[in-house]
Amino acid sequence: MNFELTEERQMLQDTLRRYLSDKYTTAKRNDILASDAGMSADIWGELADLGVLGALFTEDQGGFGGAGFDLAVVFEELGRAGVVEPFLDSALMGGRLLAMAGRDDMVESVIAGTLQLAVAHGEPGGRYDLDHVTTIAQGGKLTGRKAVVMNAEAADHLIVSARDADEIALFLVDKDAPGLVVQGYPLLAGGRAAEVTLEGTPGDALNIGLAAIEDVTALAIVAQTAETLGAMETATALTKDYLGTRKQFGRPIGTFQALAHRMADLLIELEQARSAVINAAGYLETDARDLTLSASKNLIGRVGRLVAEEAIQMHGGIAMTQEYELAHIAKRIVMADHRFGDTDYHLERFIALSVA
Amino acid sequence: MDLSYTDDERAFREEVRAFLRDDLPPDFSDKVRKGQELTKADMERWHAILNARGWLAPNWPKAFGGAEWNAVQRHIFEEEAAAARAPRIVPFGLSMLAPVLQKFGSKAQQDHWLPRILDGSDWWCQGYSEPGAGSDLASLKTKAVRDGDHYIVNGQKTWTTLGQHANMIFCLVRTDPTVKQQEGISFLLIDMETPGIEVRPIVLLDGSAEVNEVWFTDVKVPAENLVGEENKGWTYAKYLLSHERTNIAGVGFSQAGLASVKRLARAENHNGKPLIENPHFAARVAQVEIDLRAMATTNLRIISKAAAGSAPGVEASMLKVKGTIIRQEINDLARRAVGPYAMPFASEAVEGANDMIPDPHEAGPVAAQYFNNRKLSIFGGSNEIQRSIIAKVTMGGGA
Repeated sequence: MNFELTEERQMLQDTLRRYLSDKYTTAKRNDILASDAGMSADIWGELADLGVLGALFTEDQGGFGGAGFDLAVVFEELGRAGVVEPFLDSALMGGRLLAMAGRDDMVESVIAGTLQLAVAHGEPGGRYDLDHVTTIAQGGKLTGRKAVVMNAEAADHLIVSARDADEIALFLVDKDAPGLVVQGYPLLAGGRAAEVTLEGTPGDALNIGLAAIEDVTALAIVAQTAETLGAMETATALTKDYLGTRKQFGRPIGTFQALAHRMADLLIELEQARSAVINAAGYLETDARDLTLSASKNLIGRVGRLVAEEAIQMHGGIAMTQEYELAHIAKRIVMADHRFGDTDYHLERFIALSVA
Repeated sequence: MDLSYTDDERAFREEVRAFLRDDLPPDFSDKVRKGQELTKADMERWHAILNARGWLAPNWPKAFGGAEWNAVQRHIFEEEAAAARAPRIVPFGLSMLAPVLQKFGSKAQQDHWLPRILDGSDWWCQGYSEPGAGSDLASLKTKAVRDGDHYIVNGQKTWTTLGQHANMIFCLVRTDPTVKQQEGISFLLIDMETPGIEVRPIVLLDGSAEVNEVWFTDVKVPAENLVGEENKGWTYAKYLLSHERTNIAGVGFSQAGLASVKRLARAENHNGKPLIENPHFAARVAQVEIDLRAMATTNLRIISKAAAGSAPGVEASMLKVKGTIIRQEINDLARRAVGPYAMPFASEAVEGANDMIPDPHEAGPVAAQYFNNRKLSIFGGSNEIQRSIIAKVTMGGGA
């Protein structure tokens, strides 16, 4: 039993934390949020240089990490700083799907930071069900609509799921392909997404399907729970500081037991969340993967809501203002429950898997 | 014990319904249903419609031009207005300042300011909170120094709701820094056009800009704008806060919100079935509905006591805590219901944003509302302050 990070991962964590606390300030991020692109190409390039992208891929794939704990280390740090650039969607999900499909040259570009991707899988009315695909593929031409596709506007290629003779299959679609329409919009918690429609749009078959979608979603859940854990660390740290410095009735408000006990509860739940992420990362490559991921996603969803709401409440009005760090962090935490299955979805899946 | 309304009360409800059916502009109810912001002109027009009917000031005595409804009538109106998705009445002049002027203002102040509230000549905002004085309001520092016929005001107020629309602000100011905090506060009416006043918007986490900072630098205020006596402002402030707490339970809002959650959950599919049939989601909805039904009766018990003439005390605090918990839970259910479509940044604050944002549920900005309504348990005396009041009143101890 050993809960220490390896030396390499420790170094990556230190480097990333230092870089983000220097460069990714609240003011910088608010500028990024207000920009048309909703992301910073400079930040992307610099983080690629620091090895953040390589850490998301195995050595076989041309990277130097790729395991559950590599993802956890990277995304926990991105979450602490409330990073909105599409590391999860473009690099991890898009890149790992291309790796599964054996498109090594493109994976190399992803790791170099020069290729942007979007995974166009979910559809209107599909909610969180991974097998809900009504987009049709016929003779390599795709027709259908995809919902809330992250990073679609910036992507050089979209990876689109469609039913081909009743099997779900994935296709690579060029951003300039005929019949492809991308209607973009900003997201409440930062970043951009789009509604994507395809009308006889040519797609290059990747020869992978639903199993690949399930595998990459498993990776995404590890990454996203770690990211949310990082955001919760920031939210609790800000709240702890605030309770120690904000004075009302002549004393720091943290000296009121009603608040002190609630702060203690948050710290207890934060450790639960940390362990849930460790479970998710540790069981990623075992038979217990799906059960563990559902347990972790459910717990992070519950604890996340508690932490976000309590952090705002204990701060009072200041936490409601966009220019204060917590506002963005709280939105990241809560909105994370709207992807890859929410608290209830994973409770149900946990029940189904544990009685199976 | 009889849970039914009297014949008179039922007739009154019918009268209110007919009015809302005939006189509430459909574009207003549409905006409210979709969670869209109303413009200043919208709000002024709704006030004018109510005023024409004599219903703009339900809590004012008839002598001042009010409807002088009792607590049950006010409750019936609020319930029907919420169900019809009528805009809220802007409370600052009508239900906050006016009761103070009616009780503590001079005849000249009453004659001048009250008609202007009814006819919309003035838009009031509230200058209470300061950056260092939130829950501990009595520690406020904005000071007013008497100089001949004027006060000179310096300081800063914050969380000033709709201050960007206001031409007048009522303020708590420190007029004596040498005595116990509560005994050196005065209540001053200030024209927002006076030189030295600056209003800066605060952008909230949902993108809205409904609150402001108001800065005062050597602002000259005529001494005749002092309400009541100098240094007695804290008494008036507490009186005002007791009026701020009317309709604090927000039963009507919760009922309307729950109806819209059910509508969303019927339209949303999960595993090929309507979400409303999903046991986990259905259990969440049922739990809130059970709480709401009980709270609605608690609310009526208190209203009924108030209509009989007894002033609500600790019960107002109880309703504030429970009412805001229920409203926030309903906001949480609404965002859950729409799944991934909660993520787009639908906001009235971003011009044109909603034209490009998909809204297959016609739900409006439910996630933005969830975040915005975190304010419910913070403002008007935070829920922590309310719990301290409940503890203090019922157990006699401190908090």
